[in-house]
Amino acid sequence: MSIDISSLNASAIRDSIARGDFSAREVADAAFARVESVEGDVHAFLQLAPELAYDAADRVDASVVAARADGVNPADVLPALAGVPAGIKDNMNLIGTNTTCGSKILEPYQSVYTCSAVQRLLDAGALPVGKCNMDEFAFGSSTENSAFGVTHNPWDLTRVPGGSSGGSAACVSAGEAAVSLGSDTGGSIRQPGAFTGTVALKPTYGRVSRYGCVAFGSSLDQIGPFGKTVEDCALVLGAIAGQDPMDATSSDVGVADYAAAARTGAREGGVRGLRVGIVTDLLAMDGCAEEVRAATVRAAELFAELGATVGEVELPSAQHGLSAYYIIGPAEASSNLARFDGIRYGARAEDPADVLDLYMRSRAEGFGPETIRRVMLGTYALSAGYYDAYYGQAQKARTLIKRDFASAFEDFDVLLTPTAPSAAFKVGEKSQDPMEMYLNDIFTIPVNLAGNCAISVPAGLGVDSGLPVGVQIIGDYFAEDVLLRAAAAYEGAVGFDSRPPLVGSL
Amino acid sequence: MSISPEQVRHVALLARLALSEEQIASFGEDLNSILGHIDSIQQLDLEGVEPTAHPLEVVNAMREDRVRPGLSREDALLNAPATDGTAFLIPQIVGPGGDEA
Repeated sequence: MSIDISSLNASAIRDSIARGDFSAREVADAAFARVESVEGDVHAFLQLAPELAYDAADRVDASVVAARADGVNPADVLPALAGVPAGIKDNMNLIGTNTTCGSKILEPYQSVYTCSAVQRLLDAGALPVGKCNMDEFAFGSSTENSAFGVTHNPWDLTRVPGGSSGGSAACVSAGEAAVSLGSDTGGSIRQPGAFTGTVALKPTYGRVSRYGCVAFGSSLDQIGPFGKTVEDCALVLGAIAGQDPMDATSSDVGVADYAAAARTGAREGGVRGLRVGIVTDLLAMDGCAEEVRAATVRAAELFAELGATVGEVELPSAQHGLSAYYIIGPAEASSNLARFDGIRYGARAEDPADVLDLYMRSRAEGFGPETIRRVMLGTYALSAGYYDAYYGQAQKARTLIKRDFASAFEDFDVLLTPTAPSAAFKVGEKSQDPMEMYLNDIFTIPVNLAGNCAISVPAGLGVDSGLPVGVQIIGDYFAEDVLLRAAAAYEGAVGFDSRPPLVGSL
Repeated sequence: MSISPEQVRHVALLARLALSEEQIASFGEDLNSILGHIDSIQQLDLEGVEPTAHPLEVVNAMREDRVRPGLSREDALLNAPATDGTAFLIPQIVGPGGDEA
């Protein structure tokens, strides 16, 4: 039978396989058929993994057969994401695939171990469709910084899907995968989620192990899911969250039943009494499109109609977030990227005169312009004489931002802001001015600096652009259950059909 | 503050990046533009504010000091641009030049 992946969410796929409506192998067939028909236009993937996906599908189908033979209902034994096609950002290692980070320097790099979050996704029965395009080393907001070509937004192929996890967002939006994993250092999950009409979650720092995910900003990075629905994101988070002995920064805080929280939120009265704060000073910021502001205000109204208690709140130090982030992020990146030296892995310059020449030419030849820019900026901010003026100040500003959130969460359970200041922009529109590109993350960055959790939920199509617009809901530390409950309630109230009409007709 | 071509060259050396004079000029321009936007952070009065290095109040994550399997030699060398099958090969870094130098 022909299955339309783009119309099925994760739990529908799993339940249909359990019932015997179709097999996991047929789901894999459908996913790769979809890839075949749209990937030439979208370019969400850097590498496809059909062998791994079909192996995973066969394991799911075998466990259905085994359950029936034992007289057990497969629905009772199949893991949460059984047979669910998944995309994986190409900064996460998976044995059997390359891990390029969208960089020429890592083009030939073969994964020699598997990232913990990816392993947990596979343990939950997901089918790895392939590795998703991204801005080089996750530096960017459009995927235009990938060394292997830009990803196109399924809603309008002349536009970017956002970034840096643009491929992960686009593959879900285009129906090539049901869910995907991205990573978020300053908004790299949430902003592409907003641009592609997908649900996109950045969990609390430490909620998901980062073992096997190539490091960018070690005090900021977090892995999280994309899905077509809030419940799908909740199911993926449930699969990947929790402490990991391989990542000392992963937290031992207990993992809640996130999918149950999302289902509670979707029910009548699911957010009654929830305290929702709309962040008025961020909303008033220059450069935010009117349609985005309107969608955020409308979200607050919808929460009020759902029975939540809505109020106004300010995060006065968040305006310094961008400056603090573009010091701390590059500083950490410049340290993390020191490992790419042409010795142990990656491309090496030809005929080096000595080891210094080898380092310097391997890096300059292997890194793209934005990577060089960030490494230079970070090195400068950490260099003798400038450390206190930049890095020291930024770390103190970070303290103020944390305090703002702490004070806001004394009065509210979740906060509302736009996700990105505008809908998706055109390919090439902002790629000439680095600062213009950085401003995309103005609403998302404060959350990475403070370390709490946030989700972008589609607010519908912008009244001016006709393109998807996202609303960001921000939660307290490790309060993903509350966050997902609020997000599911809002999703139900908006009633957005997340399928781009364009892709169906391709 | 503005950053001079001399400083850009110094930073490139610290960052181990072999940049051409043209790149020094263009990245210098970019850095000055970016620093122009983020310099406002220096005007903030943050006297007495504790710096935040890490978002969570974490304590040391301790584990048992036990030997566990790591990467095999083969896997560790798999992605190296030059090996002799047992070790990474690099240009000579100590002593007088050998036969191949």
